[in-house]
Amino acid sequence: MNTTMEADVLSPVEANETSRKVAIICSKGSLDMAYPGLIMANAARMMGLEAMVFFTFWGLDIINDKKVDHLHAGMLGNPSSPMPHSVMGLPGMEALATGMMKKKMEKLDIPDVREMLEILGDAGAELYACQLAMEMFGLEVSDLVPQVTESITAMDFWEKAEGAQVVFI
Amino acid sequence: MSTMLLAGSPIEVDAEGFLLNPDQWTPEIAAEIAAGSGITLSEKHWQVIDFCRRTNADKGAPPTVRGITKGTGISTKEMYQLFPKGPGILASRIAGLSKPKGCI
Repeated sequence: MNTTMEADVLSPVEANETSRKVAIICSKGSLDMAYPGLIMANAARMMGLEAMVFFTFWGLDIINDKKVDHLHAGMLGNPSSPMPHSVMGLPGMEALATGMMKKKMEKLDIPDVREMLEILGDAGAELYACQLAMEMFGLEVSDLVPQVTESITAMDFWEKAEGAQVVFI
Repeated sequence: MSTMLLAGSPIEVDAEGFLLNPDQWTPEIAAEIAAGSGITLSEKHWQVIDFCRRTNADKGAPPTVRGITKGTGISTKEMYQLFPKGPGILASRIAGLSKPKGCI
């Protein structure tokens, strides 16, 4: 059915979009757990939603400057693993799987994790480290990628995430 | 599908306000859609719009934000300054193209 609308009908829709907010909690540090959160946060920013990511527990590996370039694809304990666990458990297999995944991503022009974090920083997404997890792992903010400038408590995060749609990974 | 009055002409758009036919697009329409999102088009905006339309003509689909930054040299940061309410959808909508399909 055809309807006619004026140009300014679009504005209220967008006003609504800008007030939407997503809060993503990344608690795992494997390659296959890092990308979903980062890509979802970036997609939110690209359509004008506010986005914040809270990195906690193993998720800190994603923003740890020394580890971010060496995240592994976790295939053990993963029922979707293309190879049987008896084989995946053999030495070198995880590195092989990780290498294959990275190659495929490169082919599809998917940025590596460090670049994804840079894009998120430039896109204005808020990235936070979990303070308790930082203490547990003996990390300082200076150990993290430059896009993360703050470690906050879980309660601080919920304050900031008020009204957001929450995703836990 | 609905019809929207843009720059004085009835233009076919989808539910999200993307033009259904890029050939109906004119620079005046771009300016009006941009104004609806609080944007006054600058030279940089036009650089992005031209790139989006060229890419769409060549590849049959509008570029993603990453495609735009790589293709124009305009940084991600600048893209968010140019299109604060969402460069992923606004650049394409202003350029009279469909919603980009990529995720990055």
